[in-house]
Formats: sequence, C-alpha cells, structure tokens
Amino acid sequence: MADVSLPLIDPAGSSTTVPGDLLRLITCGSVDDGKSTLIGRLLFDTDSLTEDQRQRLARDSARLGAPEGELDYSLLLDGLEAEREQRITIDVAYRFLTTPRRKFIIADCPGHEQYTRNMVTGASMANAAVVLCDARYGVLTQTRRHAFIAALMGIRHVVLAVNKMDLVDFDADCFHAIASEFRSHAEQIELPHVTAIPLSARFGDNVFHRSARTPFYTGPTLLECLESVPSAPASVSSPFRLPVQWVARVGGNFRGYAGTIASGAVRPGMKVVNVHSGAVSEVRRLVEMDREREEAVAGEAVMIELSSEIDVARGDVLADAEAPPELADQFSAHVVWLHEQPMYAGRAYLFKFGAATVPGTITEIRYQIDVNTLAHVATRALHQNEVAQVHIALSRRIPFEPYAVNRFLGSCIIIDRLTNATVGAGMIEFALRRSANLHWQNLIVDKTARSALKGQRPAVIWFTGLSGSGKSTIANLVEQKLHAEGRHTYTLDGDNIRHGLSRDLGFTEADRVENIRRVAEAAKLFVDAGLIVLVSFISPYRADRDAARALVGADEFIEVFVDTPPEECERRDPKGLYRKARAGLLKNFTGVDAPYEPPEAPELTLQTLRTPAEELAEQVVSFLRSRGYLG
Amino acid sequence: MNAFRNNALKQLEDESIAIFREVAAEARNPVMLYSIGKDSSVLLHLARKAFYPAPLPFPLLHIDTKWKFREMIAFRDRLPERYGVRVIVYTNEEGLRQGITPFTHDPTTYTHIMKTEALKQALDRYKFDFAFGGARRDEEASRAKERIISVRNSNHAWDPRRQRPELWNLYNTRLGPGETARVFPLSNWTELDIWRYIAQENIEVVPLYFASERPVVERDGTLIMVDDDRFPLAPGEEVKLQRVRFRTLGCYPLTGAVLSDATSLADIIRETEESRFSERSGRVIDHDQPASMERKKREGYF
Repeated sequence: MADVSLPLIDPAGSSTTVPGDLLRLITCGSVDDGKSTLIGRLLFDTDSLTEDQRQRLARDSARLGAPEGELDYSLLLDGLEAEREQRITIDVAYRFLTTPRRKFIIADCPGHEQYTRNMVTGASMANAAVVLCDARYGVLTQTRRHAFIAALMGIRHVVLAVNKMDLVDFDADCFHAIASEFRSHAEQIELPHVTAIPLSARFGDNVFHRSARTPFYTGPTLLECLESVPSAPASVSSPFRLPVQWVARVGGNFRGYAGTIASGAVRPGMKVVNVHSGAVSEVRRLVEMDREREEAVAGEAVMIELSSEIDVARGDVLADAEAPPELADQFSAHVVWLHEQPMYAGRAYLFKFGAATVPGTITEIRYQIDVNTLAHVATRALHQNEVAQVHIALSRRIPFEPYAVNRFLGSCIIIDRLTNATVGAGMIEFALRRSANLHWQNLIVDKTARSALKGQRPAVIWFTGLSGSGKSTIANLVEQKLHAEGRHTYTLDGDNIRHGLSRDLGFTEADRVENIRRVAEAAKLFVDAGLIVLVSFISPYRADRDAARALVGADEFIEVFVDTPPEECERRDPKGLYRKARAGLLKNFTGVDAPYEPPEAPELTLQTLRTPAEELAEQVVSFLRSRGYLG
Repeated sequence: MNAFRNNALKQLEDESIAIFREVAAEARNPVMLYSIGKDSSVLLHLARKAFYPAPLPFPLLHIDTKWKFREMIAFRDRLPERYGVRVIVYTNEEGLRQGITPFTHDPTTYTHIMKTEALKQALDRYKFDFAFGGARRDEEASRAKERIISVRNSNHAWDPRRQRPELWNLYNTRLGPGETARVFPLSNWTELDIWRYIAQENIEVVPLYFASERPVVERDGTLIMVDDDRFPLAPGEEVKLQRVRFRTLGCYPLTGAVLSDATSLADIIRETEESRFSERSGRVIDHDQPASMERKKREGYF
C-alpha cells in the first residue's frame, strides 16, 4: 500500500483556524425552570445541531406532545432511556458548544434536592455558572442553594437567567425585583460577579438574539455574557507548583517528572524544591515530543528534567524553591458528602489529593451548613448531599494550599476503603496545629470503623470436616496467605481451645455442643474486632454450625466443608486417633462411633483427595477476594 | 506562544495527557483499545506525548472482526515499526467458526458477537484492568453522561446509575474484585476538534478518510464500499465507482460512505463544519433499535 501522505493545509483557509479558548460552565435549575430548553435553545441557535439531530427533534417534539409546529428543545438533551420516559434529568451530562470566540463545555446539572452531588461534580471544574429561575416564582430556596454551591466550589462568575419572561409579559419590575433579591444573596455568600439576564428560552429572547421585548434591559445576551467571562483563574501569576503524576525513566540516565502545573510558570534554569524532602534542584529542560519548551504555565501537562538527581516520586509536589507551599496533616475543610452511606466522625477513609492517596479520618464535624438557609447546624453524621465544615487528620503530611488560593492543591476526593466508592469531596480552608485538634468528638468505634481501618470485611471462615481431613493444614495456609497481604486474622483451632477455654469439657454430645457454642461466641467477638477469623473444628452437628452462623451477620459466616472420605482420613490418621478409637481407647470418636453430619449448603467445598492443600487454600482466598472481604 | 497556550485544542490535549498519566500510574495492567480510526490515531498520538521520551507503558489491542477495510489493516500493521508500540490483535474465533458475518446476521447480533463479546474475551484473557478508548461524549446522546473513568462489573456491564462522581482532575481508579474500567481521554473532544488537532499535529490517518474514486453499492440509502470479493450483490445492485470518503471507519459492510470531494484535511474540516448529518449516522449499528447505543453499553460494548 502506498504511504500515507498528508495533504497540505491551506494556511489562509478560514476552516483551519483554531477556536479560541475553552470555558467550562455549569447550568443549574430544575426541569420546571426550563433549563434543558435553555441549553437546547443555545445549541439550536448557535447552529450546533446536525441535520439528523434537528429531524429527530422535530419528530420527538410532535410525538411527545409539543404544541403544533413548535420544537421542544429540552428533548435534545435527554440521554438515557429511563429519564426520557420520566422527562427528568438524573445525572450530569456534558454538552459542547463552539462559537467563533471559544469552545464551551457545559456540565448540565439537575436541580433536584437529592442531586446536590451532581452539581458539585459539575461545578468542580467550572469557571462560570448559569443559575436559572422562573420569572413567575423568582428566587426560590433552590436558587439560593445553587448560588451557594457555586460559591462554595470556587466559581466566581454567576449568570442569573430569569427565564420564562414571556409568561410575565416581559415585565421590567418583575425582572429587577428578582435580580436585586439575588444580588443581595450573592453578596452574603461572597459571589463576586453576578449578571442577571431576562430571557425566554422557549422563544429565544436574549439567549442568542437580543430581544426587542425587553427594552428595559441593556446588558449582554446570555451567549455574549458567556463569551466574555474570563476562562481561567489568575493562577499563572502565583508561585509554581507541579504535583508529580508520573516519573518517566529511559535507560540509565533520563528521568522526567510529569504532571499538570497547578499554578505558576516554569522555565529552564528555575530552582525547584521537592516540598516533601526539601531537596532542591534546577530545571534543565521542559521535554515535549516535537519540541522543547521555553516556558509552561498553570494548566499545562508537562515533563520536566532536572539538572541534578534528587529523590522525587509520584505524589510529591515540585515547587518554586523561593516560595514553596506548606506541609500539614491536619486541616479545617469543607466537605460535601456524595454517598448514600452517611459519614460519621472517626471513620477511616482514603483522601486523594492530586496524585497522592493518603489514609486519614474526619476527626470532627464542626457543623453542618444548611445549604438553603446557610445556618450552622450541629450534627453527628453527614448525609448524602449535605455540606459541613470538618476537621481532617491524615496519616502523613502533604503539601497543600487553601482551596480559595489553589483549586488543585486544596481539593480532595474521599474514597471508601472497602467499596472504593467516591463518597465525598473536600476543600481545604486552612491547616490546623496538632494541639488544636487533639480531642476527637462523636467518635464511634464500632465494627465498621474497626474493619474499615484494617481495609477488610470481617468474617468467620468455619472449616468443618472429619478428624484428619486437612482442616487445620488448609486453615493455616489460608492464614499465612492473608497475613502476607497485610490482612488481620485470628485462628481458633480445636486443639488450642481444648487446652484453655474448653479445658473443662469432655467429648459427650452435650460437651461438644457447649464447646462449639464457646468457640462461636469467641469468633463473634473477634469479628466485632474487625478480624477475619479462621475456625478449624470437626463440629460434626449441623445444628451447632447453624447456631454459630446465626450469631454473626448473614454475610459474615463462610462455611468451608473439607471433604475427605472417612477411609482416607483413617489412612492418614495424623494423630493416631483413629487407631486409638478402633482399639476402643477413645469413646465418641466422630466417624467411628459418633456421627458426622456434612453441611447441606456450604459456601465452599474443598476436595482434598485430588487437589493439594496449597491450591485449596488459594481457592479460599480467591473466594474472599471475589466476595469483597479483602477490600 | 500565548495564542497557542490558550487555545481550546491545547487545553483538551493537556486534559487527555493528564488522564493517560494518572491511569497508567495507578493501573495494574492497562491497555489501549485501538480501532484504527481517526480517534484512535489521536489517542495514540496523545499517549505518545504523555510518556515521551519513555515508550508507551501499555500495549494496543485491536479487536479484529476480519471485516475491516483492507487499508485499515495495512495501516495497523505498520504501527509497531513506526512507533515502537506493541499491538495485540484479537478475534472471536468461536464467532468465526459459527460463521457470524455482517452479511448473514443482523448488525446487532454481529456486533455483539464479533465486537462486544470479543472485547470481553480479550480483556478477560489478558487480565487487563484499565482499557483506554477513543469514545467522545459528542458522538451519541447516552455518551454525554458517561464518566471519563467508567467502572464495569465483572461481566463488563455498565450501570448508568452507579457511576462515580468525577470532581476536579481527581480520578478514583480503585477497583473492586473482578471490576475493570474503561477510560475515555477524548471525552470532551468533538469531531471537529479531532480533525483540527490532526491537522495541527500532522497526525497520520487511514487514507479512507479522504475522498477518492471507490467501488460502492447503494443499499437502503447507504453507500457501502465493496472492499473485497466477499460482498454478495443482491439482484439489481451494481457496483459503481463514486467519489466518496468515510467520516467514521468500522467493518466495511456496516460503514456508509459519503459523497465528497474532500481530499485534504482543510477540506475535511470545512466539510465537517458545514455538515448536516452527525457522524454516527454513517454507522448502521446505531439505528437498528431506539436508544440502541445505551443498550449496547450496558451489555459491555465499548
């Protein structure tokens, strides 16, 4: 095949001109405010729709009952089947709009109370927010909430879109009253830049086209306003910070430190410090595939080579040696809780700051902030969609800056150690001195807290089977494997227990029942301590094993049947017990003169005849892993 | 310098590179899905930039249905030598044995077996935990809500209600037992961004994107290129030489060509700007059922 030769680009051709910069914005409001209609209208009026999208819009509008000949722009935005049926937006959706001035990434956020988390998500990267309200109802609780979250997430430019002006006959007084009420709220929450625009998304007034029906309004249309909002915060003039994401090594001599610049600018020759170690070096080169760079600034993904070798790893921060950021491990921060499982002070979580993931704890919920009234409320737990001021204690110090100073050095996501879910979002206010944070309030140390700290789910693994079947051998191997991967375990073994806890018991049926009861109770305590407990007992009676199962939670009991035929156990006879029993020296010996009731539905059955113990132990470990016990 | 630094393409590039680095640093065994199309070309270019001067820290995986355009396969086969990358080619052999072809089976069945199932098999076989892909949010309505890192359960299924929120540039890459993730570094790119970037960076693409005289058959209003002698002509159908190009590349019997005179990147960009039909309308598979892409994704389609 012929080589691919790239056709030359006509440098004068207008079609190759690159768009301007990029603005990320969010839109907030409910379906009732006409938010989907507004975005649909923006896409339609800026000619961002393709012909087949237009055709589908016309078809769907007619099918779903829009007035004769009118387009229902909201239909453009419905992505998922379920919500198309229910006519609601349930998640953040991203839309793109390109005008000759710039490209827009619109995070479309729903307005329902239970979905604050979506707005927080959409707002985290946004430079501007469009908050919608219905001209007939004015500034509602929801409107205040949206403005507050925008301010909390560091958005400085907010557009209040007073929609449905057509339904109030484009009344100037109505618009001015709403705008002024919103402005006073914005002042209270320190939102610096507010633009209020009277518009009608349905008819297009002041969206893309200036409306003749609002002579009282002389400001920009929505699109003009969005085209003029500054796209990036002024972090270029701040000191240089580079969280290191990736260390590139080539051969023995090249080492490059890659990451996205969080603030400031970097040039060859600049002195930089690894904030963690204090080691200082000098930037030799800014490496790029096609060229070398003389300078790179905030927001750019770079690879830096240093003049002298210092220790730098992923998660470190390289900074201007003249003005490095502080290190701290305790913070006052705002947290937005994103998950259904509430947050309690004292629980262990992972905190991901930049490229560093650090274990830590929210030691104290100072107060919850009512997002509707801004009131401070005392609370012991933080539920989904709630915002609070908290204290965070990390297991090691990290370089940081307050969120208000630097979004990327002051933000973290909070990750549940067991489910791996992203459960919260954190924004640093300031570092705490150790002494300021010594008392832990609302500390609930329970089973969940203990096991979360260990990064595992507690359980009883109950090995049952005949004497000599291989229970203890396998259980020991399982424990070794778990221990090797840092799990917290404890083994209760028949022989050990009989030497201590059950020293007073014999081998009658009643004594056997009591023995198993004691073992089961002991196992339960260890589970409560967050451990993975391995119980290795003949435990011949089904009822006793079921009783042990009933003591712990439904998913905390794993019955493992070590299935070895009686003849084989007798052949192995590791302790010489079968011989003694056959000789009549041992009474009530299971499998000889006492019954064994095999499990009916064990979680696992291990056949020891064909498979080596090592492999069977591995089966148990993979079972634990696949069921999520190992975090 | 300033104009370059602030333009939208540079900002998109920076975001994509950061995603590559972050996932490569945290993944156990990552892979890049490579479909030979223009988005894959951009994806590969960005990946090379992300790690330069080090080599790519992951291989490329191509799911070969055996019905790709011949020019695509030739393009793919030159990659290792040209860029020093490792390319794994995987085909669902069981599907081949069952005789699944785009001419004998409906597009949904064919795509499911030869692409979706094949992909799952390959990910399972090589035990890849993170797979980079070139999907964009502007391609299709349900994609607009997909995260950049999309976690799939042990059956590779996607649950739109159980997605992790993604805040700032912080990606949660932790996976539970049996879970894998798809990663979409081009999420925020549009078709036009892709072409402008290809022009700006001089990125190689398969020549099928440029207009040329090609043998095509008109079938159900779609122009299908007769790429080899496996194409069964229906009664009354005739092969005509027409000046066409492709906006998207897939299996040749399922990929519609468009009449075009665009022979340069500048032409393509102009054509894309003025285009009246969205890109995926050239793909037969998206139309056979309403909301079909969302259904495919739930089943594990990339």
